[in-house]
This record gives sequence, structure tokens and C-alpha cells, in this order.
Amino acid sequence: MTGEKEKNVHEAEEMTLDRLEIGRSGIITRVGGEGALRVRLLDMGLIPRTRVTVRKAAPLGDPIEIYLRGYELTIRLEEAKNIAVRVE
Amino acid sequence: MIFALAGNQNCGKTTLFNVLTGSHCHVGNFPGVTVEGKSGDIRGRDDCVVVDLPGIYSIRPYSAEETVTRDYLLHNAPDGIINIADASNIERNLYLTLQLAELNIPMVLALNMMDEVEGNGGSIDIKRLSMRLGIPVVPISAAKNEGIDELIETAVRTAGEKKLPARINYGGKMQDCIKRIRSIIGERGGKARTFAAVSYIEKGETSEFALSDKEKADIEAAITAAEKGCGLDRWAAIADMRYAFIEKICSESVIKGGESREHKRSLKIDRVLTDKFLGLPMFAAIMAAVFYLTFGLVGAFLSDLLSSGITYVTGLAAEGLDMLGVGEIVHSLIIDGIFAGVGSVLSFLPTIVTLFFLLSVLEDSGYMARAAFIMDRLMRKIGLSGRSFVPMIIGFGCSVPAIMATRTLSSERDRKMTILLIPFMSCSAKLPIYSVFAMAFFPGKSALVMCLLYFGGIVCGTLYAGVLSRTKFKGEAIPFVMELPNYRFPSLKSVGLLVWEKAKDFITKAFTIIFAASVVIWFLQTFDGSLHIAADSSRSMLAWLGRFISPVFAPLGFGDWRVSTSLLAGFTAKEAVVSTMSVLTGASSELLPGLLQGMFTPVSAASFLTFSLLYTPCAAAVSTVKREMGGMAAVGFVIVQCVIAWIAALLVFLIGTALVG
Repeated sequence: MTGEKEKNVHEAEEMTLDRLEIGRSGIITRVGGEGALRVRLLDMGLIPRTRVTVRKAAPLGDPIEIYLRGYELTIRLEEAKNIAVRVE
Repeated sequence: MIFALAGNQNCGKTTLFNVLTGSHCHVGNFPGVTVEGKSGDIRGRDDCVVVDLPGIYSIRPYSAEETVTRDYLLHNAPDGIINIADASNIERNLYLTLQLAELNIPMVLALNMMDEVEGNGGSIDIKRLSMRLGIPVVPISAAKNEGIDELIETAVRTAGEKKLPARINYGGKMQDCIKRIRSIIGERGGKARTFAAVSYIEKGETSEFALSDKEKADIEAAITAAEKGCGLDRWAAIADMRYAFIEKICSESVIKGGESREHKRSLKIDRVLTDKFLGLPMFAAIMAAVFYLTFGLVGAFLSDLLSSGITYVTGLAAEGLDMLGVGEIVHSLIIDGIFAGVGSVLSFLPTIVTLFFLLSVLEDSGYMARAAFIMDRLMRKIGLSGRSFVPMIIGFGCSVPAIMATRTLSSERDRKMTILLIPFMSCSAKLPIYSVFAMAFFPGKSALVMCLLYFGGIVCGTLYAGVLSRTKFKGEAIPFVMELPNYRFPSLKSVGLLVWEKAKDFITKAFTIIFAASVVIWFLQTFDGSLHIAADSSRSMLAWLGRFISPVFAPLGFGDWRVSTSLLAGFTAKEAVVSTMSVLTGASSELLPGLLQGMFTPVSAASFLTFSLLYTPCAAAVSTVKREMGGMAAVGFVIVQCVIAWIAALLVFLIGTALVG
């Protein structure tokens, strides 16, 4: 019973990247959006199964700095909204 | 043989280019776009040329620069590609490598920053990597000049033998799909069939292959099957296929050391420079330091030095001309026209050199990317991205280097829009106008007047940006997906070369466009309408022109011909506005404020200041715009600025008159 509950909590821990707290990591589950921008995100290595960590937000709150595949990338919250992650 | 140098941004491409060519290069624009391209002879190989292509992350075009790189590779058919990759960030760098290999052009991978990887206890099995990628791999360190000879030799050999990259078998459903499409397209895919197949998957139906309906249906079915098999849509599936392959070959051939020192150091520096609270003050401090060094300390010192040098040379030339006994007119042309005109522009040179030195240090060290990160939110409000902030701030010093600094922007749309906004940042040459008028009409309130003017410029610029981003520059600023590279020590050689290029550029301009402009202005100032030497300055053609256009300014409250003539003279340099006014009124600079009180009311003075703030930038700035955006655009630029200035000044005059009564 408890185990199943935990599993539910775990499943609920899926959110969009813009809502992931600073310092936390997640595994990308989906990259939404469309057109050239989405392709660019994919090209930069933001594809399902990739682990990302949110490093910090810019002083004015947007964009954010994320860490993936050994390098730092900045994206705007607007773009981060299209990326779903499973929180680790 | 022609080699194309391609690689990600921030992977040491420029450094490698400088090492390969021994810094003898030609700078030019790629046809049709204002994207700078450099090419040069490879050292020790007179028959080999290397072309430096804009830094890109992917061959799928995203910005104007990436399209340039792709089109160059597809249509110019270089004999070989030298692909440079950052070994310390190998996964993402190899993504481009895989795409480039599909172009089916002889190719070598230069694995840069190997010294860093090894310094951190890591290693890369070069042989294995080379085998899996199907291309020769050469470990190098561009900064330390290591492995360069081997790279050149390998590149020349590979291209000489026309050895094409081996076809990579990625495995998986998407690979099957690509294979199927490749066989359907067949000969029609040209020499890069895998590239053609992948492009078809990404872009959908194109007419270039003239496929039959059945073939199209077969291809679509294959793609849909692959999408189902991978559980991803086609675009994600292709990226996934490549990254999965990269992860696999890296696990076989790359041993990562501990977390790299350079990366740890970067994180530490960023704890201060992009900190939530410290980030903005630090940015302001760095910008203030750049500004102070450029327009204050170093720049001003060097400029003064150069000015006195020019004055000295001018004196010598004048003496020499006297000794030779040349006529009055020739003497005047050479001294008052050419020496004065070219000299006044040349005295900008130290400012430009200092500024570019500091900016390229900031750029190469990696701080520029952080500045963009910090300022992005503000700049987005006017339809630009964070990267545009730095050139605009430089505009408060001088528009010429500011416009030149837009070269660091990666998107052509952003660059052009930024250039159009720079004139709204009131440049330092307008200060004398402000101070004379503030003294005459708003005594004791000059600080307030200055603040209002500077702020007014920013407000007008913001409004103009709003108009631009809804009309001419519709569409999005390039979305802000930007790498924050590790901080690095800028290479003195790269910085030095860049500064030298800019200086050379500027000097060339001073002796061509400015030279011609000086002669024209001199001619207008010296002669009257019947081509006799004007007895005094009020009879010159320039004064005649001033009288001719003065009615235009009457609605703004300053229809005096001396004022309009001064504004015309201001086109050569803004400093000339005040000096021309004192010449035409015959007043020394101390008496000028008093005299102005007779010519202006406080309201018309405010209107004049508004006009001076916004009207066309000087000839040097306009010629820089011409270089960046073309002649028609430069003419449009001048007209638009004048119209905006006229409307704003009219508003100030009308509102002021209504208030004061």
C-alpha cells in the first residue's frame, strides 16, 4: 500500500523545466514546442532521457542556466516551459 | 586546395585559424549577408587556403550565420573540411561532426584542448574514435600550437586522396528509415545521399528530387514506422539517434578525468558574476570600467596624444606648403579640408582600439555571454536579446565603435535592429552642445538637462524599437539558447589580431570615405555660389544651404540660418555644431551663451536640444552604417533619424509653448 503511494508521488514528480527548483535535477521526458527553435533545443542535446540540472536564474529571474552533457546552457523560461522532466 | 574550417562556437576555432594561417588573412563578407568571413593561406602550403566559417552548433540552419556555413559547404564544395571540436566538451561537439560527415566531403577532426583533458586526468583513445567516426582524428592544442603540423599534413593528405568519410551505421529504427529513403532517392540525392535523406525527413516534401507520388508515400510510411519504433517524432528521433551513437562511442574511447579545473573555476567566478544580487552591480561596474578606460583614462590620453601629433604634422605640412609657395586655395584644401577632416576622424582611432581591445578580452574570456544572460530580460522587452545591450551602451560614447561592435551579435536581424537604435544613445560628441545651451538657458540645472536628454534618447529609442519590431523587424528575436562557455584566458594573439583588423578597417575608411567627405565639406564652406572664395563664412555655399533649409526649422522655433548651418556642419562631426555657431555669430566661446539668448527662447532651446539629440549621426557613423547595412539603408537611416528628430522637437516646442505661454 505504502509502496504504491510512493510510486504515485514519484509519478507526480513530473513537471516542466521552468518549474524545477534551482539546484535540482531531472530527466527529460518530452521536448515540446515546434519549428526551428525546438530543433535547436534537440540539437543542443536536450532530448528525452537526458539529465539536466537547473543551476541558477539570471538576476532578473529569466533566463535560467541549466547544466547538461557536461556544459552550461541558458534558455528562457518560455522555452523551458516546453520541456518536461521527471524530477530526480 | 580549399579547406573549410567548421566547428561549434567557443571551441577555439579563431585561435586555430590564426595558427593555421600564421595570421595572414583576408577579411570579407560572405555574399549577400553581413556575415564576416576570413580566409588565408595555410602556413608552409602556398597551394592551400582555409576559410573560417561562422561557428555553428548544427547544420540544420537556425540563424543567418548557420545558413552561411551550410550553404558554403553545400554549394562551394571545398576540397576538405577541418572540423574543430572541443575535447573537453566532446559529446555536444561531436554532434556537428556527425552531421558534417554526412556531407560526404573529405574531412579531418581536430580535437582541440587535449591539453586540458589530459591535465584533468582524462584521456581519449584517438585511434578508436577515428575508427568509429570514419574520419582521421588529430589531437591538438590550438592555444599552445601543439599538433598543428600533423593536422595540416593529415588534412592535405585526406583531401589529396579524396578520402570520403566512411558511412556510419547508427543502428536502430531511424537508421533503417534513412537507408530506405536513401535507396528511394538514389542518384537524385547527389553526392551526399545520407544528407539528402535526412533533410527530406526533417523538411518534408521538396520538389528538388522530383519524386513520384508512390515514392513519396513509401518515404512517408518509412518515416512513420521509424517514429513508432522509436517512440519519438522524426526530429527528436534523428537527434536521439546521433546522441545515442555519440554516447556509445564516448563510453568506448573517452575516459573522463575528475571534474575539470577550468569548469570548477568557471562555476566559482560565476558565483559572483552571475549571482542573483551581485550579478547586476558587477555588470554595471564592468561596463563602467570599460567606459571609463575607453573614453576617459586610456582612450582620452591616447586621443590627445594623437591629436597633438596630428596638429604637429599639420603644422609641418602647412610650413612645407608655404615654403613651396602653393596657392591659397590648395593650401586651404590640404590644411583646412583634408588634414582637419581626416585628422579629426583619425583622432577617434585610439578610442576605437582601446574599446575593441577591452571588448574582445570580454568576449574571449567568456564574460560577454554572461552579460547577455544578465541583460536578456530587459532587452527582450524591446524585441532584442541580451547580446544587444553592450553595443548600445557603447553608443553613449561614440556611435562608430558601437556600430562596429554589433558584429559580435549572432543574428542578422538583431544586428540591424541594434544598429538602428544606437543613434538614440546620445554620443559624447554632443556634450558640448548640451553644456553651452544649458549654461545659456537653464543655469544651475545643467545636470537635470543632461539627464533629461539622455533619458529622452532612451525613451525615444525604446518607442522606435517598438515600432521596428512590429514592422520592419517583425518576427522573433533569435530565441535565447546560448552556451555559457568556461571562462578562459583570452589569447593575446587573437585579441591583438582583432584589434589590428578593426584599426586597419577604420584607417582605410578615414582615408577613403572621410577623405572624400572632407573635401566636399571644405568646398561648400570655402566657396560661394559663383565659385569664388567666400569673403566670409556667411557667404559660403554651406551658409547658402543653411539659409535654404532654415524654413524647415521655423516651426520648431529656430529658423535662424546660422542655426541650420551649424546643424549641417554637425553632420561632419557633432563637435562642429557649437564651433560653427561661434564662427557664424562671430562670438568667442565665452560670449556664445549670451549671444544665444538673443537667438533662442528657453522653449526653442529645448526644442533645438531635442533635435540635436536625435537627428542624423555624423558622417563617420553613417559610413559605418553603410558598411554594415548597405548604401540604401544608410540613406534611409539618415532620413528616418531627421524625421524623428523633427517630430520630437516639434512636440517639445508645441508643448513647451503651451506650458510657458
